[in-house]
Amino acid sequence: MKSGSNLEKVLTNGHFAFTGELGPPRGANIEAIKEKAKFLKGNVDMVNITDNQTAMVRMSSWAAAMIVQELGIEPNYQMVCRDRNRLAMQADILGAYAHGLRNILCLSGDHQQFGDHPQAKGVYDIDSMQLIGMVKKMRDEGKFLGGAEIDTPPKFFIGGAANPFAEPIEWRVHRLAKKVAAGVDFIQTQCVFNMDTMRKWVHMANDMGLTDKVYILPGVTPMKSVGMAKYMKSKVPGMDVPDEIIKRLQGVDKKKVADEGIKIACEQIEEFKEMKGIPGVHLMAIEWEHMVPEIAERAGVLPRPVL
Amino acid sequence: MIVAERKPFDEIKSMVKDCKKVFTVGCSTCVAVCLAGGEKEVGILNSELEIARNADGNPIEIGTATLQRQCDTEFLLELKGKIEDYDAIISMACGAGIQFLAEHYPDIPVFPAVDTTSIGINKDVGVYEERCRACGTCVLGMTGGICPVTMCAKGLYNGPCGGTNLGSCEINKDQACAWFKIHERLVKQDRLQNIMDVTPPNDWRNQIPRTTIQPAYKERCEEQKA
Repeated sequence: MKSGSNLEKVLTNGHFAFTGELGPPRGANIEAIKEKAKFLKGNVDMVNITDNQTAMVRMSSWAAAMIVQELGIEPNYQMVCRDRNRLAMQADILGAYAHGLRNILCLSGDHQQFGDHPQAKGVYDIDSMQLIGMVKKMRDEGKFLGGAEIDTPPKFFIGGAANPFAEPIEWRVHRLAKKVAAGVDFIQTQCVFNMDTMRKWVHMANDMGLTDKVYILPGVTPMKSVGMAKYMKSKVPGMDVPDEIIKRLQGVDKKKVADEGIKIACEQIEEFKEMKGIPGVHLMAIEWEHMVPEIAERAGVLPRPVL
Repeated sequence: MIVAERKPFDEIKSMVKDCKKVFTVGCSTCVAVCLAGGEKEVGILNSELEIARNADGNPIEIGTATLQRQCDTEFLLELKGKIEDYDAIISMACGAGIQFLAEHYPDIPVFPAVDTTSIGINKDVGVYEERCRACGTCVLGMTGGICPVTMCAKGLYNGPCGGTNLGSCEINKDQACAWFKIHERLVKQDRLQNIMDVTPPNDWRNQIPRTTIQPAYKERCEEQKA
């Protein structure tokens, strides 16, 4: 085992992994974390704790991750390159590990212009690819990026992101290959709505032997409404929502749209269970944590393995 | 060239509000080309100042010179004997020129009349666009002649990120995604192999003013130090 994290155990034991997400509060409100966490506990193998997502200031991801961990849920500590340089990153990585965190997700981060402090200086000292390499070097070589020895190296299960739907499409599998070369252990993808493109991307990853080297967890997001689907299609960069999804949601009674969204998500999960090279899924129920128990139930992923 | 734009008039006026005599120094190189601080712009600024101060009933006396380059001692010495009686100098050069002028005449306050913005190119008449951040470690050979440090909003070395939006940057539809362009050009040149490997973290060691000595002058420089 590289890290001994629950996610790593679930994946190496061949269980179909099911991970979730929790955004820290815009304040020091522990109760808000507890409220969201209760819907996730026991229903997912690990919960991503986002790091100032959409460039809005929130409780720091390591701090929220520790609270979640105390509640008995394994966190996935997200870290973006936007807000800190290599010194701060390595310091936080050591501290997070010392406090028992075992998974990390290495991301570039949404540009600061989107958030509530557009005047901020974006750091981007290193990029997500280089962050993956840095965490691996710390773990496997026991060395800082600068080369000095680490007294008790942090042993993280290293995650990264991939977006199979962003241009240039034909480059995306090569970028995945670069992340694998950099040392990533697992990948969580952008929300999948276009299954055709997803199938092709996974197929290429299989052909290139990448799925033997990395665990790919496709991102699944249930649509809550037609408005959400339209918004994601037109306003969220790098998101590919086919018209068929919108038409399908429009085709049901207004009261049943959310249910149809869950149904689509569950159909996707069923297909991923059978898809070669896909060992699990990552559920991003955005501000819809209370629906996770029902979604997990309907997706047939319960009970979660206890290892 | 180094690109600059003139500061708002009120800001310049406020900087010299306590001065009775100022000397405005233009620069005939980069800032003249980008229409921010050459001889013509010096004339305009001086006229604006005179009119405004006359209107305030507080006239100002203005001396003027436009040097070939303010980033060169040879030209800065031309000011010797001309500016010592003035209360302040207004420099219309780039940030480097302003500092070098101030270094040569340390007894006189120097005020900047332009904001230095970038190292850029002349895109159209009066339109300039940044192309170089002077990072000190040029990767243009790898990236098909497109700078990811300058052109990518996140300065990624291993892009494009997942936010690239049909060839545009996630922050702005009018801004091309640098890495989309890099990929496109390398495909055309059949050099995609260039970016298949992970590019390691950059050396940002540029915190102290960087010194460049051309090879032919290295020996001379070392002798002078000794």
